[in-house]
Amino acid sequence: MSTDAPSKEDVRETDGAPEPPRRGNRGRTIAIVLAPVVLFALLLASGLGNDPHALPSELIGKPAPEFSLPRLDAGGTIDSADLSGQVVVVNFWASWCVPCRDEHPALDEAWRRYRERGVVVLGVSFEDTPEGAMDFRNELGGDWPLADDPGSETAIAYGVFGVPETFVIAPDGTVSAKTTGAVTYDWLTDEIERALRKGDVE
Amino acid sequence: MPAVVGTISLALALSLALYGGTAAIVGVRTGRPRVIESARTAAYSLFALVVVANLAMLAALLANDFSLKYVALNSSRATPTFFKVLALWSADEGSLLLWNLVLGGYLAAVALRFRRSRPETFPWALAVMFGVSAFYLLLVLGPTTPFATLPTAPVDGRGPLPLLQNHPLMAVHPPFLYLGFIGFTVPFAFAIAALITGRVSDAWMRITRRWTIAAWIFLTIGLTLGALWSYSVLGWGGYWAWDPVENVALLPWLTGTAFLHSVMVQERRGMLKIWNLSLIVGTFALTVLGTFLTRGSILASVHTFAESIVGPLYLAFLTVVLLGGFGLIAWRREALRGEATFDTPLSRESVFLGNNVLLLVLTFTVLVGTIYPLLAEAVTNDKVSVGTPFFNRNTAPVALLLLFLMGIGPLLPWRAASPSAVLRRLQVPLWAAAAVAAGLAIAGAGAAGVVVFGLAAFVATATITEMVRGVQAQRRAHGLSVTSATRAAVSRNHRLYGGLVVHLGLIVAVIGVSWAALSDRSAEATMARGEIVHAQGYDLRFDGLSARDEPQRRVLVADLTVLDPGSGDEVMRLRPSLNLYPASSEPIGTPSIRMGTPFNGMVDLYASLVTVENRSRATFRFFVNPGIGLLWFGGLVMALGGLVAAWPARPRAAGVSGPEPATERREEVRV
Amino acid sequence: MSARTRSIALIVGAVVVVGLAALFASAGSGRASLADRSHEIAAGLRCPVCQNLSVADSPSGLAGEMRSEIATRLRAGESPEEIRAFFVDRYGEWILLEPPKRGLNLVPWAVPIVALIAGVAVWVMVVRRRGTGGEPEAPGSSERPTAAERERIDRDLADLQEPG
Repeated sequence: MSTDAPSKEDVRETDGAPEPPRRGNRGRTIAIVLAPVVLFALLLASGLGNDPHALPSELIGKPAPEFSLPRLDAGGTIDSADLSGQVVVVNFWASWCVPCRDEHPALDEAWRRYRERGVVVLGVSFEDTPEGAMDFRNELGGDWPLADDPGSETAIAYGVFGVPETFVIAPDGTVSAKTTGAVTYDWLTDEIERALRKGDVE
Repeated sequence: MPAVVGTISLALALSLALYGGTAAIVGVRTGRPRVIESARTAAYSLFALVVVANLAMLAALLANDFSLKYVALNSSRATPTFFKVLALWSADEGSLLLWNLVLGGYLAAVALRFRRSRPETFPWALAVMFGVSAFYLLLVLGPTTPFATLPTAPVDGRGPLPLLQNHPLMAVHPPFLYLGFIGFTVPFAFAIAALITGRVSDAWMRITRRWTIAAWIFLTIGLTLGALWSYSVLGWGGYWAWDPVENVALLPWLTGTAFLHSVMVQERRGMLKIWNLSLIVGTFALTVLGTFLTRGSILASVHTFAESIVGPLYLAFLTVVLLGGFGLIAWRREALRGEATFDTPLSRESVFLGNNVLLLVLTFTVLVGTIYPLLAEAVTNDKVSVGTPFFNRNTAPVALLLLFLMGIGPLLPWRAASPSAVLRRLQVPLWAAAAVAAGLAIAGAGAAGVVVFGLAAFVATATITEMVRGVQAQRRAHGLSVTSATRAAVSRNHRLYGGLVVHLGLIVAVIGVSWAALSDRSAEATMARGEIVHAQGYDLRFDGLSARDEPQRRVLVADLTVLDPGSGDEVMRLRPSLNLYPASSEPIGTPSIRMGTPFNGMVDLYASLVTVENRSRATFRFFVNPGIGLLWFGGLVMALGGLVAAWPARPRAAGVSGPEPATERREEVRV
Repeated sequence: MSARTRSIALIVGAVVVVGLAALFASAGSGRASLADRSHEIAAGLRCPVCQNLSVADSPSGLAGEMRSEIATRLRAGESPEEIRAFFVDRYGEWILLEPPKRGLNLVPWAVPIVALIAGVAVWVMVVRRRGTGGEPEAPGSSERPTAAERERIDRDLADLQEPG
């Protein structure tokens, strides 16, 4: 580090070759020292495009986990088995979640547009009380089925990181799409159409 | 109005930074001291302008001026005044304003300190500091400006993030951290100046020694406060989560500590010059990396401020710092050859080298663990996590080795030690270690506890015997009382005694940390009102829930009484709470803690409220944490030790007997 | 026996005592209750709704439910690997607080060990180096103090007890 063995220049033979410039040796040292810096900077730069909060879903293309959940807006339960063959939009939400309020109109629009075609929007309450959930419904409206998720079993089964998260399930029961954060009407229509096309193909 | 004042002040400050940097360089290149002097005084004006900008933002916050986007997003009418003031640095743009304030302050302090005596490196150091200032001023004027206005001012603001208005500790944690991070700019600036001017002797280190220690002290306090905040506010019962932002704050502390040791080797033996320069460049670069990772939103973390486009700017600055710093070192390497070699492995300088090596290994480990998810995603497009298990497992053995070195280091003299002298000095500490280890083993402690506490006993005893030796020598030589002897011994060698106190503080903190880690006692229970649950050696009784409405939040407070299981006596009433903020998602819990003191066996009783079903049913988490108090105490002792080490030596009065200690004399002779 | 031998004997004795103590201590461990095993698994999983906290540490509701899921599965006889796989299937490898040792993930595993070995090697090299630069050696080894002389000097110095 601090001391060096005698450099080559000091013991070179006099063979008539021009003096290797000390700068050349220096230049190589500088290059060697700086190369890792550049690599490090490039590595950090690669991270600049990342969204640290976006996490991919493991479930895309796989069969959607089954569920049998107690209804919040009505009596009885809603089972995934009853919904087979339909496109299901599973929306995890909570009354304390601000973006859930933002996405509510989009869900409402999509529900009204596609319900005749057999698409079901299902709201699953996440880490919330039934009272809180129903207050949310009463305040913001909407009439798609709402379900409670005691013990968060379904949320865990779907790999939910937080709310809102929305899954689109194709008629064959596989997960066709997933998004985190408030859904937009455009995303909903795109994904619902895509799932419907999958159903038509079969 | 505040926006205009703030922006103009910052713009003027930026021009002063550019002027100052240019003038300093021009002045030194053309040999015109008056130009350099103008650059020096520009530093004062720059600081004044940044103060004005900060005051403008403060005024806007206190006056509820919601036309400023920052005020609208981070404050509200209902926010208490104390937290309105804190809002100045509780979010990205504002904290950058604070950063610039501290940087301006250091710039002005350096200008003040060198108003009369001017080392050759001063103009270049000034230029470097102006350059760094210019970068951060550019950021706070441009992409990350807190003075952006909204077209229409909302009626009320959103209020600070709940976590940031929960606890007064928010007041002191960032300022101390910033004082620490930014403090390293000073030695860095003088190091670069030394490289540029070719004056690469020890001068740059000696000039900045107290500044470096000061920065280290502030960073130590900042880290301790951060851990304290995590423990008392976040409610998960722990104090360090190996969160990316915690890690990047730790990295410069590790390299800074290494630097503080290796400079002593350079001072005494003239060795490790390239090493020291690299260390200080690295430390400064790590502080830039820290802000980059925190604000560039690259890694998800507790602290990630909003997404912003400043990432590339920080990266560019970091690259310039690294390329410039290491490039200069490589350029000057002939001049940096060492003057001596190590004589034997059994010497203090060898131990210091070992300390450096181990600290760098720790730095590297933590850095790789923190950055790896980034690398993995770049290569495989998959997200992975590197968390506590990895960090604990990989840092613990190295940390233990480091502690051992910390114990024997002060016992070894410089240059060379004879093995028998060393062995003689090691006897008492080793016996202490053996006694503690044996005692713990008999008492049934696990292997980890036996090893760690045995080692701690070794280090503590070694450190204390060293302190005592010096005092004893003074007593025997001059017949002084214990207090006078202590004062005399310390004043003859502040650095040694300061260092010993720091070591003692660190070992106290390690004892606390290990004790807590090794007795993992926690319980979770859902309780009905009036129910008594037995947990971790105590009886807990849930006495009910009350609600309190405050302007900015609703607070649910639970009464949890801790009883002694044997006698049924009340040990403590804990009152953990849940805070519900209107604009936030989940409620934020505030734990209730009975701090451990020597009178209650140093055991913290810690309760947090997890969920509330209704007034008569709630879920609690209860922790029995021994030793945590030692962590805070140890941190405090470390900071005090740093203060002792940095304390200026009194000029020696004539007639005081005894040879001058080698350090002091050496500093005078070396130019 | 000489002071040096006595010192060495004391050191060795101390080390042996500590070593025995450690052995004795570790002999009595090894029972793991359901709570302990559950905690161990939970401590290796990342809480999905928190920042950087493990499922064991996290105070959030979801983490609590994951903890009971883990306990239920342990009681049903599942192995830790199966339980971890259950969560990985749903959340991806991100949920593990340590990346599985495969492929690129061997880098964070190897780096600390390699760094330590490299560090020790550097230390050994630097401490042993006799380079070209250096203060002049004492002129003639005959003037260097012999071992006996050194002992006496040491003892005298120790008596003076100079600090630093």
